[in-house]
Amino acid sequence: MSLTNDRIKERLVEKFGEQVSAFSEPYGMLTFEAPKELNLKVLNFLYDDEELKFRFLTDLQAVHYPDDKGRELAVVYHLHNLVDNVRIRFKVFTDIKTPDVYTATGLFSGANWMERETYDFFGVNFVGHPNLKRILNVDEMDYFPMRKEYPLEDQTRIDKDDEMFGRG
Amino acid sequence: MTEHEHIRLPEGSIEKTTTTLNLGPTHPATHGVFQNILELDGERIVSAEQTVGYIHRAFEKLAERRPLYQVTPLTDRLNYCSSPINNMGWHITCEKLLGIKTPKRVDYLRVIIMELARISDHLICNSIVGVDTGAYTGFLYVMQYRELIYEIYEEICGSRLTTNIGRIGGFERNFNDIAFQKLDKFLAEYPAVLKEFINLFERNRIFMERTQGTGAISADRALNYSFTGPNLRAAGVDYDVRVHTPYSSYEDFQFNVPVGTTGDNFDRWQVRNDEMWESLSIIEQAYRKVKEFKGADAEVFHADVPEYYLPEKEDVYTKMEALIWHFKIIMGEIDIPVGEVYNCVEGANGEVGFYLISDGGRTPYRLHFRRPCFIYYQAYEEMTKGSMMSDAIITLSSLNVIAGEMDA
Repeated sequence: MSLTNDRIKERLVEKFGEQVSAFSEPYGMLTFEAPKELNLKVLNFLYDDEELKFRFLTDLQAVHYPDDKGRELAVVYHLHNLVDNVRIRFKVFTDIKTPDVYTATGLFSGANWMERETYDFFGVNFVGHPNLKRILNVDEMDYFPMRKEYPLEDQTRIDKDDEMFGRG
Repeated sequence: MTEHEHIRLPEGSIEKTTTTLNLGPTHPATHGVFQNILELDGERIVSAEQTVGYIHRAFEKLAERRPLYQVTPLTDRLNYCSSPINNMGWHITCEKLLGIKTPKRVDYLRVIIMELARISDHLICNSIVGVDTGAYTGFLYVMQYRELIYEIYEEICGSRLTTNIGRIGGFERNFNDIAFQKLDKFLAEYPAVLKEFINLFERNRIFMERTQGTGAISADRALNYSFTGPNLRAAGVDYDVRVHTPYSSYEDFQFNVPVGTTGDNFDRWQVRNDEMWESLSIIEQAYRKVKEFKGADAEVFHADVPEYYLPEKEDVYTKMEALIWHFKIIMGEIDIPVGEVYNCVEGANGEVGFYLISDGGRTPYRLHFRRPCFIYYQAYEEMTKGSMMSDAIITLSSLNVIAGEMDA
């Protein structure tokens, strides 16, 4: 017996109806999204459901899409069902002005530092996190460096012509 | 007054009943640059506050401006005790995104190198556990075999520690005879050395008593903390990426997944030793399979992917076509396809994951490394609370926290 992506999708739609959306399977991994207010409900459902049993948080991080107005930041959870060996990817989108997302630390102790890292680099405010402060960067930093508006190289340099390097 | 408030009390304050001790950032016992602010009641640990990030190098940000090949040297510097696993994990991720299928011989050669890397990593970790309990001999004794492993890397890619080994689709060159001779030497001599190494510790009462029953974590808590690799298996959960989601033809090999029972320092040490035996067996199997290739098949060391595989250096100097491809690949002129892929390999410390999002440009749109060290080091406070200061040192080394991997 093995849990298929179709079955997971069926269970999720049964429970949350149209609130879970954008199902796709890039490279075989079921990917879907839900409104950010529902992230804990979805995570709890995936955790507690006797059939789904997604009880291992593999990874948690964010992605910045500056052009997608109103949903600039995506928080991405990778979950793993170790019994049936199935992985899924779950995303919630938030706008960048109020990047409040509920914390998953109540469910997964391991989410603690992962969320701190995500806060550190993207400024996602995890509501209810026990110790939300910077982790890899210095405490004095006043911006979130992984956001796309911070270019990697000094943009005022004129000695390097990007056109010549195919980077235009 | 909470535990953490004690730290902020002024020196000599009369209310202060505990001692604050900075363990690190540059303490010999931390084996890496990270800090632990310990609150001690006598010799017992009341609380521990970890500070990490001292060698943060912004790899994820750097990767957003680098073509695929320029990311490989970054992965070297994650877990630098077993760089080849990271390199190959990254190349396998790229292959997954690009839809490249590698020949069997490449897979087997990769398995040989990855298992050698696992042995060298476990060797360091286990001998360091010995050093921290006062048994230095084992550490010095096994170093010559780590050296031999590094010499094998050197024959294949030219470097030793930060290897930058391999290419997308395979290796930069075929293994030469010296590499195989060194591998023969390793396979012939190492089992006896490992046996002796284990005996040195297992028959040492001080070592056994200091490691057994200290720094334990239960299977439930380990899973909740997203532990992977030997640290999770020591707690009794048989999760191994090589078995659950085989990559690089691991499904062709027979091996056991060693597990512990209590998740204490000794179990972690034991699981790593058992894994070294399994790795040796995998290397032997892979080596046998490599020898079975005859004729033209025995010369295959990369997949046929001219868009991503660098041409022979000699051709680059003499042929126009090769020069053009070389230039295009090095300068990142080739757009990578749009896609979103998560790929993981069993690193020496656990599941090393690469989450790669491409928007069709020349560089990744976003690349995230799942670094097992970073994830399990947060459990350190829970694992050491209430234990003796000297046990906490052993817990730290038996977890095998590598600062490079933690800070990315």
